[in-house]
Amino acid sequence: MTSAPSRQAQEPPSPRPGPRPKPAPPSGAPIRVTGAQSLVRSLEAVGCEVVFGIPGGTILPAYDPLLDSTKVRHILVRHEQGAGHAATGYAQATGKVGVCMATSGPGATNLVTPLADAHMDSVPVVAITGQQTRALIGTDAFQEADICGITMPITKHNFLVTDPAEIPRAIAEAFHLASTGRPGPVLVDIPKDVLQETTSFSWPPELRLPGYRPTTRPHGKQVREAAKLIVGARRPVLYVGGGVIKADAHAELLRLAEETGIPVVTTLMARGAFPDSHPQHYGMPGMHGTVAAVAAMQKSDLLVALGARFDDRVTGQLSTFAPDAQIVHADIDPAEISKNRRADVPIVGDCKEIITELIDAVRTEKENRAKPVDLSEWIKTLDDIRGTFPLGYDWPEDGTLSPQYVIERIGQLSPSDTIYTAGVGQHQMWAAQFIKYENPRTWINSGGLGTMGYAVPAAMGIKAGMPDQVCWAIDGDGCFQMTNQELATCAIEGIPVKIAVINNGNLGMVRQWQNLFYGERYSNTDLGTHKHRIPDFKLLAEALGCVGLRAESRDEVDAVIQQALEINDRPVVIDFVVGKDAQVWPMVAAGTGNSEIMAARGIRPLFDEDL
Amino acid sequence: MTRHTLSVLVEDKPGVLARVAGLFSRRGFNIESLAVGRTEYPDISRMTIVVSVDELPLEQVTKQLNKLVNVIKIVELEPSASVQRQLLLVKVRADATVRSQVLETVQLFRAKVVDVSPEAVTVEATGTSEKLDALLRMLEPYGLREIVQSGMVAIGRGARSITATAVR
Repeated sequence: MTSAPSRQAQEPPSPRPGPRPKPAPPSGAPIRVTGAQSLVRSLEAVGCEVVFGIPGGTILPAYDPLLDSTKVRHILVRHEQGAGHAATGYAQATGKVGVCMATSGPGATNLVTPLADAHMDSVPVVAITGQQTRALIGTDAFQEADICGITMPITKHNFLVTDPAEIPRAIAEAFHLASTGRPGPVLVDIPKDVLQETTSFSWPPELRLPGYRPTTRPHGKQVREAAKLIVGARRPVLYVGGGVIKADAHAELLRLAEETGIPVVTTLMARGAFPDSHPQHYGMPGMHGTVAAVAAMQKSDLLVALGARFDDRVTGQLSTFAPDAQIVHADIDPAEISKNRRADVPIVGDCKEIITELIDAVRTEKENRAKPVDLSEWIKTLDDIRGTFPLGYDWPEDGTLSPQYVIERIGQLSPSDTIYTAGVGQHQMWAAQFIKYENPRTWINSGGLGTMGYAVPAAMGIKAGMPDQVCWAIDGDGCFQMTNQELATCAIEGIPVKIAVINNGNLGMVRQWQNLFYGERYSNTDLGTHKHRIPDFKLLAEALGCVGLRAESRDEVDAVIQQALEINDRPVVIDFVVGKDAQVWPMVAAGTGNSEIMAARGIRPLFDEDL
Repeated sequence: MTRHTLSVLVEDKPGVLARVAGLFSRRGFNIESLAVGRTEYPDISRMTIVVSVDELPLEQVTKQLNKLVNVIKIVELEPSASVQRQLLLVKVRADATVRSQVLETVQLFRAKVVDVSPEAVTVEATGTSEKLDALLRMLEPYGLREIVQSGMVAIGRGARSITATAVR
């Protein structure tokens, strides 16, 4: 139909010819649609912009109306695991819910790893899976898997939708559950015939979640108790976890820290929650944390845990962790409080609200106190430790390229709003250590599950969500070989991510443990990427539609990084060929106490000291 | 380790039992007894779960249970402030020579015979698990051919209702 522009402006656009009604803005009046149309309309109504997925037999009906949607962009990935991690990366970078879609059976089971990953790191993700028709469920039909049963322990919740009329509610509830309270992944499993059946669609649906009432407002009395401890403590530490970023509470955290002058440590999940350049910041605690951050916690008399969960990688041996510290534990999930370490003052609530109220309560407490506690000696102690044991690295003696140097240079040469992601292993720890993070949501990694292969698909999701910011994936050669197929997706979909493969030819972290704890017996850690140059990452990158670059010596590093930063029409992969013997230091060996932290091999700064 | 009785109000939805049972096994808790049934509200079911754990892990498992979206409310019922009952059906070998002695024991425990055949009687008894254990010990010498027991169900004493406050 043709009509004059002036008339078009006055009248609503007429429906297109054909059986499909055009997606309309959400309205209360029910309309007749198929289950699949209802699904797509629900996704539009809930504000979903991007879906990462792969079609297949049972999800096919959903892909038909998806073709017509102008609001939802579908990014066709190469493996469902890529879809899941992309959704996670997207969610971590944007703060919105990430969405992935897969067919039944193997499509759905390929989502298991990213869902478990999102569950461990509390990332809001909604996974939509096709399922065999209702009549075939339970008969071991083709591509049937009980994905609700399989993902029960690794999702916040999941739904099997058996009535097409329930689709809008299931989607609305899934997004609500994923994004509120402690965020997490939610899976919605929809049988094929439910997608095909005719039903009615109306929005918004009524949420029916009688058992779901997350506490966001902290208890005033608990906040006052915490404030009392804070102003009275002589060696306090703010132990900041990923919850601060999820609650968008970084500005409040900065205010609290500056108001109180208390030293801050940020966990692996919280890098960027507090500026690395801030003098009160002592770095990352934990297994590969800074000596100053670990010492701060060990010597502390008050740990104020904000959105952190006393993970074993942070505490080391629990019985010797921060032995003299009282604990204020603020978290939105009551089950985290006193799970690993008993809290003296538990505060359940949203970190932004908690910290805001803490600031006021601390001010009041300070006014009530005759003389404020002097923290200068405590600060001096920590400054001395930081000065004596800064993060650092030695150049390999064999003349090979230092991986830490490469990562440090990427951080120094890239724009300040660059978003970094990483795989899992040595390169991840170096990226957490040697890149300086000033802003939240600029460091996105797989912390809890430790999923190798996270980086490339996560970068794809990050870049899709934040197209105007540079996104670097710091990856290892082991990790990269697990999920690099998504570079084809990035190349075709116009998602110009930058991948730095820190190629040491080995499963580096495992090799480090073999070096330290298995008598240098290197069982099955040599990937042959150095010896045989299989695969040749430069050629592989080019085969996948990316620009492939390589640097093998110090003087090549800056040039290739600059080159990569100038390319914005295609993904770039740089093969940084680095030495295999570089190690991640400091280190608290697994199962030992944090006071036994080694700054470097054989150097135990805190062990002999009188704590 | 001490024994705790949890009353768990859940939405009557498919998979809820699996979610609850899975949570217990995943976190390393052994369920001693579990019973599920309807309540006075059509969309709410009630589970009575008996677990042997210490106080601290119990708190953790209760918090984890509370995180299940389908779980509406959890109440721990103290034995002294609640009525707890289990149902037992037991087939006891009882021919004519011993039948009267078996029946005497049955009466002593205020149990009843619900089926009889020339060689055996089937006894129905309700009570606490201690009472049912005692009955079984008394019947054992005659020969226990088959035993089946329900999970424990429990309700708080007094006029208060945990379901009424949960749906309000």
